[in-house]
Amino acid sequence: MDFSIIINEYQFYLEGIWTTFWLVSFSLLLGLLIAIPAGILHSSEKWWIKGPIWLYMYFFRGTPLLIQLFIIYYGAAQFELLRESWLWEYFQEAWFCALLAFTLNTGAYTAEIVRGVIGNMPKGELEAAKAYGMSAWQILRRITLPNSLRRALPAYSNEVIFMIHGSAIAGVVTIVDITGAARVVNARYYAPFEAYLAAGLLYMCLTFSVIYIFRQWEKRYLES
Amino acid sequence: MHELLNYQGILFAGAWLTLQVALLSLLLALTLGLLGALAKLSHSTCLKGIATLYTTIIRGIPDLILMLLIFFGGQMLINDLSYNLNEWLNQFVTRFDPAHEWYSFLPDYIDISPYFAGIMTIGFIFGAYMAETFRGAYLSVEKGQLEAATAYGMSKYKIFVRVMFPQMMRHALPGIGNNWLVLLKTTSLVSIIGLQDMVKIAGDASGSTQQPFTFYFAVALIFLLFTSISTTFLKWAERKYTIKTR
Repeated sequence: MDFSIIINEYQFYLEGIWTTFWLVSFSLLLGLLIAIPAGILHSSEKWWIKGPIWLYMYFFRGTPLLIQLFIIYYGAAQFELLRESWLWEYFQEAWFCALLAFTLNTGAYTAEIVRGVIGNMPKGELEAAKAYGMSAWQILRRITLPNSLRRALPAYSNEVIFMIHGSAIAGVVTIVDITGAARVVNARYYAPFEAYLAAGLLYMCLTFSVIYIFRQWEKRYLES
Repeated sequence: MHELLNYQGILFAGAWLTLQVALLSLLLALTLGLLGALAKLSHSTCLKGIATLYTTIIRGIPDLILMLLIFFGGQMLINDLSYNLNEWLNQFVTRFDPAHEWYSFLPDYIDISPYFAGIMTIGFIFGAYMAETFRGAYLSVEKGQLEAATAYGMSKYKIFVRVMFPQMMRHALPGIGNNWLVLLKTTSLVSIIGLQDMVKIAGDASGSTQQPFTFYFAVALIFLLFTSISTTFLKWAERKYTIKTR
């Protein structure tokens, strides 16, 4: 076993950490922008609002992330219309496809979390807000969202870790994230054990830092 | 669309392989999970330490990395080990018998099949999650029941089989169900280490027909069918077993 390879090729791993970091952060952020409205509107009584949201969540939570990535990355080329439009410039790029797949995936899972916590809102608080004469929008903004997003923290921390682990498949479609870096190093030196072990350790550091940060947040927002 | 019909046969063969891998890894995961939970709840510090290390490592490393590590790295490690053992055994024999000719006591090259590596890795990963589920279920069984069983003079083994296990499984059912759904989706990763599951077949087919969307979408629908059947079954099972507890 020769770990000097990893030290010599550290710049690949450094690049990989950075790529994983921004890919996951952006997907989570954009996913949250989808998830909050989707989670709220899921309980709408109009079928033409509820139907598409239900279908979106059902599809993206019921199929593997790898397949979703492949459908977007490889599948996009099948459509003549898309290939001739300006969008094709983006769909050709692996990073864009990965970002899109990850965003849609985490959006669906997070929407389910949002739906759950909003459904469990304490009834008394909502009644009190109504008694104060707040409008539906005011209740949502002042009472429901702050309260339920706080309660969503533990479930959301799981989703973030799931996303960090899920992002490892970006390495399969030529992106040099942490997994991609390990693949490059393995291809150069044929040292699979060292290359993937290093990647595993890096992911482990990332995961446990995130767990630590969320635990601090939970202490601050949930236990007071 | 008719391209899909041409590949119908092997696509279903791939789906069957996916299901096989998923079910066999589930079996391994349940076994490892039960052992892990028992180790975590035992009084031995050593066993507790091993189980905690196991669940911590698994939760920190992505499944794909573990799979690649076991498939490529594990293969190399085993072959190195086998080679070194061979050398050592030969040297040992030569010391007593100078006329000894080199002989491979252990196989020269051990090939880990992707099928085996896939099942091992997925089973190993979900064993850790199952261990957490079982531990929680174990703790939620009433203490009084165990005391009553002890008072009846049952042995430790009997208490586990007759009192603990049936009640524990009832509490563990929702957790097992969730783990199964995640496991099923993780199975798609075995295509990366070269197993001819439906993801790999869809990849090959889309290469030769130039219709990647059609094939990957078909695979997505098959996965959706599997998860839908699973959720329906799990809902039914949960309803059935909660009635009995009340």
